[in-house]
Amino acid sequence: MVPEDAQIIKGRSLWQDARRRLFHNKAAVVSMILLGTIVILAIFAPYLSPWAYDDPDWGYDFPGPPNFELHHWFGTDGNGRDLFVRTLFGARVSLLVGILATFVSLLIGVTYGATAGYLGGRTDNIMMRIVDVLYSLPFMFFVILLMVFFGRNIFLIFIALGAVQWLTMARIVRGQTISIKKKEFIEAAHAVGVSNWKIIFRHIIPNVLGPVIVYMTLTIPQVILTESFLSFLGLGIQEPLTSWGVLISEGAKQMESSPWLLIFPAVFLAITLFCFNFIGDGLRDALDPKDR
Amino acid sequence: MLAYTLRRIGSAIPTLLFIITIAFFMMRLAPGGPFDRERQLPPEIEANILRAYNLDKPVYEQYFDYLINIMHGDFGPSYKYLDFTVTDLITTGFPVSLRLGMSAILLAIFVGVFAGTIAALKQNSVFDYMVMGTAMTGIAIPNFVMAPLLALIFGVYLSWLPVAGWGGGAIAYQVMPIITLALPQIAYVARLTRGSMVETMNSNFIRTARAKGLNERIVVIRHALKGGLLPVISYLGPATAEIITGSVVIEAIFDIPGIGRYFVNGALNRDYPVVMGVVIFFALLIITLNLVVDLIYGFLDPRVKVE
Amino acid sequence: MLLDVQNLTTRFHTHDGEVFAVNDVSFHIEPGECLGIVGESGSGKTQIFMSIMGLLAKNGTAEGDVLFEGKQILGLSTAQLNTLRGVEFSMIFQDPMTSLNPYLRIAKQMTEVLVAHRGMGEKDAEKASIELLDLVGIPESKKRFRMYPHEFSGGMRQRVMIAMSLLCQPKLLIADEPTTALDVTVQAQIIELIARLGRELNMATVLITHDLGVIAGLSDRVLVMYGGRIVEEAAVRELFHDPQHPYTRGLLDSMPRLDDSSRASLYTIPGQPPNLQALPDGCSFAPRCTHTMEICRKQRPLLQKIAAGRTKACHLENVS
Ligand SMILES: Nc1ncnc2c1ncn2[C@@H]1O[C@H](COP(=O)(O)OP(=O)(O)O)[C@@H](O)[C@H]1O
Ligand SMILES: [Mg+2]
Repeated sequence: MVPEDAQIIKGRSLWQDARRRLFHNKAAVVSMILLGTIVILAIFAPYLSPWAYDDPDWGYDFPGPPNFELHHWFGTDGNGRDLFVRTLFGARVSLLVGILATFVSLLIGVTYGATAGYLGGRTDNIMMRIVDVLYSLPFMFFVILLMVFFGRNIFLIFIALGAVQWLTMARIVRGQTISIKKKEFIEAAHAVGVSNWKIIFRHIIPNVLGPVIVYMTLTIPQVILTESFLSFLGLGIQEPLTSWGVLISEGAKQMESSPWLLIFPAVFLAITLFCFNFIGDGLRDALDPKDR
Repeated sequence: MLAYTLRRIGSAIPTLLFIITIAFFMMRLAPGGPFDRERQLPPEIEANILRAYNLDKPVYEQYFDYLINIMHGDFGPSYKYLDFTVTDLITTGFPVSLRLGMSAILLAIFVGVFAGTIAALKQNSVFDYMVMGTAMTGIAIPNFVMAPLLALIFGVYLSWLPVAGWGGGAIAYQVMPIITLALPQIAYVARLTRGSMVETMNSNFIRTARAKGLNERIVVIRHALKGGLLPVISYLGPATAEIITGSVVIEAIFDIPGIGRYFVNGALNRDYPVVMGVVIFFALLIITLNLVVDLIYGFLDPRVKVE
Repeated sequence: MLLDVQNLTTRFHTHDGEVFAVNDVSFHIEPGECLGIVGESGSGKTQIFMSIMGLLAKNGTAEGDVLFEGKQILGLSTAQLNTLRGVEFSMIFQDPMTSLNPYLRIAKQMTEVLVAHRGMGEKDAEKASIELLDLVGIPESKKRFRMYPHEFSGGMRQRVMIAMSLLCQPKLLIADEPTTALDVTVQAQIIELIARLGRELNMATVLITHDLGVIAGLSDRVLVMYGGRIVEEAAVRELFHDPQHPYTRGLLDSMPRLDDSSRASLYTIPGQPPNLQALPDGCSFAPRCTHTMEICRKQRPLLQKIAAGRTKACHLENVS
C-alpha cells in the first residue's frame, strides 16, 4: 500500500469511526434528539401557541396554573403572559447567547492559541503566561462589573461571556498546534514557502478541529449557565426580552404560591445543559477513545 | 522551595494590581456618574457631592488615592448605604460568607474525593455509574435552580428546614445553602478524582508496585492517591472562585447577610464603591488561595522544585 | 524446571472484538539459565509475562498452565500472587522513566518491599537496600537513596529498578526490553549488569527484546515470537548461524552489522505485523514471507521439534 493512500484512508475512517462511536452512545443520541426538539420548538415558537410572549391574557389569572382549554400549557406568569411561549422565547435568547458567545470565544481562543503554538519560543511563553494570569481572575465578577458600569446590553453580554471563555480553548489549540507543527506536511508547506498565516489557517486549524468541537460543545452550556446566572441576579437580559435565567428568577420569587413558574423554565434549562454535556462527553469519547 | 515561593508571590502582586487598575478605569470610563439617575441637582450641591467622594480631582490622582486607600483597607464610602463604608460591609458580611464557603469546600473535597476514588477503583460498576450520573446532575443543574427547588421541597412541602434566612447562624439555616453551594463542586471534584485516579491506576509505576507484590491497599493508598489527588489540589483554586461566585446567588436566594448579598444589591443599585470593593476583595482572596494551593502543590510534587 | 508454561493463551476484549495477543504458547525455564525472547513489537512478548505476573489489563484474560516450581500460579488470587511477585520472581519494565513512583523517594520504594515480604524493620530494610544499590553500581548510594526518581538519569533509574527487583533474592528475573528507552552507550552496561547478576546470584533471567543483537552473547536459549506464537526456538549460536524460520532470518538480516559496511541501508522485513483480531487460517507470516508456498496460506504450521533443543513452526524444509 502506498503511504499517502494509507494516510487518506486512515483520516477518513477516523471520522467515520468517531461517528459510529457517537451514534452508539445512547446518552449522546437521546441528548441530540432532545436538544434538536428544543431548538425546533424555539425557532417555531411564535407559530406554536395562540399567545404572544409579551401580551397578557386579560381573561385568565395573574399568574395562572397550566390550563389546556385556554392553551396556557405551562400556565401564565405574574403579568398574565403565557409561560409556554415565554419559556420558548427564553430558549431563543439563552441558546443564541450560548452559541454566539461560544463563537466569540472560539474566534479569540483559536487565533490566540494557534498563534502562540505556531510561533513558539519567547512569544509563546509570554502569551501563555498571560493566559495563566487571566485564569486566576474571578471572571464572573468582571462580567458583572461590565454590566454594572456599561449597562445591561445584550450585545455586551455576548462579547463579555465570549471574552471570558476563550482561555481553555487557547490552551487546547496551542497544545494541538505544537504537536501538529512537528508533523511533516507542515514542514513541507513551510519548505515550499507558504506564509505563516496561511499555514495557520490552512493546515493547523483544520487539524485541531476535533478537540475544538468537543470543547465548544462543552462551552455552550457553560455560557448559557453564566447568562442565566447573570439574568437570575437581574444583571443580564432585561424586560420585555426574557431568558431562562430571568424566568427562573421570577419563578423562584413566587415558588410557594405558583411553583410552575419555577419548574418549567428550570426543567428546560437543566435538560439543555444535560444534553450539551452528554453530547460533549460523547464527542470526546468518540474522537479520542483511548480511555475506554 | 523558597525561590519558588518568592517567585509565586512575585507574580501574584502584579496580578492583583492589574485587577485593581482594570476595575478602576472601567469604573471611570463608565458612562455617567453614580448619581446620574437621580433627579437633576443644583450645581453647587453636585460639586459638594463630587468633592465628598473625591470625584473632582484628576483621574490619575483619584487612582493613586484609591490604591493607597486600598492598602489601608479602605474601599471608600458606599453610595447607597450612606452610613457605612465598604469596609464595614465587607467585615460584617465576610464571617458569614466564609463560614458557608469553607463548609462547602470541605464538604466538596471529602465527598468528591471519596466518591471519585471509589468510582475509579470500581470502574464501570453500578456504583461508578451512580456517582458519575449524580455528578452529571450536579454539574448540569445550576445552583440557582437547585436552591429554589430544594427550598421548595424541604422548606415548603416537607417543612424540614427553614426556607430562607440566617437565624443568627443556626445549623438548620446553613444546611441548604451549604449543600447547594457544594453540590456542583462535589460533582467536579468527583469527576476529576475519578479521571485522575483511573489514569494513575493504569500508570506504569502502579504496575511496578503491583509487580513488587505489594497488597492492593498499599498500592492505592501509598502509591496511587498522592499522584491521583494532585489535580484535586490544583482545582482548589478554581473551586474557591466558583464557590465565591456561587455564594453570591445562594446568599441572594436564601437571604443570608453575607458579602454576596451586599454585592448584588450594590450591583443592582450601581453602588460603584461597593461593587469595586467586593470584586477587589474577592480577587485578593482568590489570588491568595491560588498561591497557597500552588505552594501546597509544590510541596507535594517533588518534581516542581527543580523546574 | 523453574517455570513451566503450557498452552498459554491471552486475549483482550475490546470494542472492536477479541485481540489474540498470545496464542497457545508453551516453554520452560531452567534454574539459573538466561532465556532470550525476540520478536517485533506487538508480537506478544510482554503479554506472556503480564499473564504470568497477574498484571494483565482489566480487559485481558489468560488461559493455560503456568507452573512455578511445579505449582500452578495462573489464576491465583491477588493475595496469593503477592506472596510470589517480587519474592520468587520479579519483573522490570521497558520504560524506567515512568516505572518508578515520582512522588516517593527511592528509599521508600525499596524498603517497602522488604517490609512487606520479609517483615523487616525500616532500619534493616534501609541497610539491605543500600547494599543492593551498591551491587547494581549506583555511586554515592547512601545519598542517592534519599532522592526522588526524577533526580536520576534513565540508566540509573533502570539500575534502581533492577536493585528493587532483587531485594528478596528472586529465583527468576524478567527483564522486558530493559534498554529500549535508553541511550546506546548505556544499553550495553545495563544488559551486562543483568547478565552478570544472573550468573553471580544464580538467578534465572528472561531477556525480552526486539533486537537480536542485544542477546547475542548473553542468553543461552532464544524463543522467536511472531503474531503471538513461538515460531522458533534454538540455542543462541545455532539461531545466529542457522536460522530455520524465514522470519528469524529476516530479523537477523535487519540487524546492523559492524563488520559489514557495504550494506549502507538496513534491510527491514517488508509488510505489516499480522492483525491480532483476525489471524489467518494459515501461517500468519505468509503474507510477508519470501518463501510462501500454497500450503502456507491454507494450513498453519505447528511448532515441531527439528533437533535436540530446536523447534520451528514452518512448512519449509530448510531455509538456507
Ligand atoms: N489492554 C489491551 N487491550 C487490547 N489489546 C492489547 C492490550 N494490551 C496489549 N494488547 C495487544 O497485544 C499485543 C501484544 O502486545 P505486547 O505483548 O505488549 O507486544 P510486545 O511483543 O511488543 O511486547 C499487541 O498487539 C497489543 O496491541
Ligand atoms: Mg513489549
